[in-house]
Amino acid sequence: MVEIGSPKVNDARPPVQAAAAERPALRLEQVRKSYGQVLAVAGVDLAVAEGEFFTLLGPSGSGKTTLLRLIAGFERPDQGRIELGGQDVTSLPPYLRDTNTVFQDYALFPHMSVAENIGYGLRVKGVARGSRGERVDRALRMVRLEGLGHRRPNQLSGGQRQRVALARAIVNEPEVLLLDEPLGALDLKLRQEMQLELKRIQKEVGITFVYVTHDQEEALTMSDRMAVMTLGRIEQVGPPVEVYERPATEFVAGFIGISNVLERDGVRFVVRPEKVRMLVAGERPAAGLHTESGTVDQVVYVGVTTRYLVRLDRGEELVVVRQNVEAAGPAGWVEGKRVQLAWAPEHTFVLERAKNGGQEQR
Amino acid sequence: MAANAVLRPRAPTGWARAQALVWRRPWLRASLLLTPPLAWFLVVYLASLALLLVTAFWRINSFTTAIERVWNLDNFQTLATDATYRTIIARTVGMAALVTITDALLAFPFAYYMARLASRRAQTLLFAAVLLPLWASYIARVYSWILILAHNGVLNWSLLAVHLPAANIGYTNVAMWLVFSYVWLPFMIIPTYAALERIPESLLEAAADLGARRLRSVSDVVVPLALPGLVAGSIFTFSLTLGDYITPILVGGAGSSFIGNVAYSNVGIANNVPFAAALATVPVAIMAVYLLGAKRLGAFEAL
Repeated sequence: MVEIGSPKVNDARPPVQAAAAERPALRLEQVRKSYGQVLAVAGVDLAVAEGEFFTLLGPSGSGKTTLLRLIAGFERPDQGRIELGGQDVTSLPPYLRDTNTVFQDYALFPHMSVAENIGYGLRVKGVARGSRGERVDRALRMVRLEGLGHRRPNQLSGGQRQRVALARAIVNEPEVLLLDEPLGALDLKLRQEMQLELKRIQKEVGITFVYVTHDQEEALTMSDRMAVMTLGRIEQVGPPVEVYERPATEFVAGFIGISNVLERDGVRFVVRPEKVRMLVAGERPAAGLHTESGTVDQVVYVGVTTRYLVRLDRGEELVVVRQNVEAAGPAGWVEGKRVQLAWAPEHTFVLERAKNGGQEQR
Repeated sequence: MAANAVLRPRAPTGWARAQALVWRRPWLRASLLLTPPLAWFLVVYLASLALLLVTAFWRINSFTTAIERVWNLDNFQTLATDATYRTIIARTVGMAALVTITDALLAFPFAYYMARLASRRAQTLLFAAVLLPLWASYIARVYSWILILAHNGVLNWSLLAVHLPAANIGYTNVAMWLVFSYVWLPFMIIPTYAALERIPESLLEAAADLGARRLRSVSDVVVPLALPGLVAGSIFTFSLTLGDYITPILVGGAGSSFIGNVAYSNVGIANNVPFAAALATVPVAIMAVYLLGAKRLGAFEAL
């Protein structure tokens, strides 16, 4: 394991996906968990590679947090197998698993100082006071909280508490670090800052991260790979680009980004709003583009971009997003305006029929 | 013009005007709410406490037993120098401490089970079990202990039935310790339960996540966080034992002179009210010190 704080030299590690097949840091095999009648996790198979930043993305109630708690050992699966670093841990309690968790509410011990909180895991494991202090200091530096070790958690801001929770988990150098919506309680600005910070720290220490979030933007910006979950099942696993550009099911397409689903000649397909060009009616589109005509129904100004809802003559509604290159957006695109929409056929993707009824989502 | 007429407020009635006055002056509302209870508190509690303090500095005429309103420190001098009273005070404080520790040891596991392990249903039942005895008269419950502990009581009767030697603990300080620990136990359980219940489950999960086994997380996380609750409970058990005079009279024996019953006998039998008052200031002073210590331990945040 790489020492905390020392910048990690990215050794000759094979590409992440190939590594997952070799010696995964975490492997789940047909893991199921139900609470009474409710099936929270419905048979999940998953392999996360050593050093990977892996995100479980899904709406609330999709089973992502339950899956995380199963990995940590707070819940026992009804069925299936959980392996950490090649070792079967399915029936081990949390204190015998080489995982550490960053809790959604941080779960800092209010009666201990920041340094005591961070050093608690080492203290329990019997690490000598001297080297414990050193590692706590290094962890404090890593999360940029030098000099705050003597404070109590209630004397810190939300963002600082979040960092303490992260340091407390990471200082133990676990095989897998589990993060349960750790940025959920922070405001937007701080959240974006912490996203980059988390990514930096993860690269620095090289620990495998399994990150749970319902925020698609967070998943896209941070992950090496991500899994999109719904109804206790994984719909798709892949790098963010692949999941965004080539969603496997209608649920994935709808959950990540805005998706326009159309059906033409018996084929259902998705076209992303930023891939659609909007032309004045009668204007000639570039060759090879598919065109549709319609009427602007709604104009929503959102700062960087403007979002148009266009009612197609064939009945559906499409969302089109345009960068606000000029100050107030292009003039003349007002409600009621007749327009032509055009997109390149290669920017659309045909939907597989969803395997488990995901199409009900829209 | 017509619209104006509609919007114009109606001429305020007397009641509405009074309400508006209260609305404009928040202090008026506060004083309306607080005057009756504060007046009661002032007359009934603080006045009698002040009277107690003042009386302690008077004396009685030893011949006529009439109270002489002459300022002096004789009563306190007797308390400080007479070995008998020093023993009585030490015995009372010792008993209060022993009862407090006993109750804390009994209450913690019980409250822990109630707060963290029991099902909703079991929790309700246990709550009823803790609170139900408080519905019965305190004196009746103390008397029932006499029936159990007396020489030919239920305890000895049971011991003899299984051919064990009789335990003659009726009318001793051991009996008092048992009875005090029994009657004050609910007052320890409830604040401890409240403190334990407020500990978020995620803290225990975090401890386990960081490698602590169950017992370790109880000693490192649960006990420190429940401590304010235990200290709050100890305020009850300690002060109630310190001031009680009924149990020593009913259950106690020859060596059972405690502050409460000695003060009581000075009022009733010796008719030395000033000395009883001086003796009664002792637990007040001890409790003042105790409360300061409890405040330091954060007990008042757990109430």
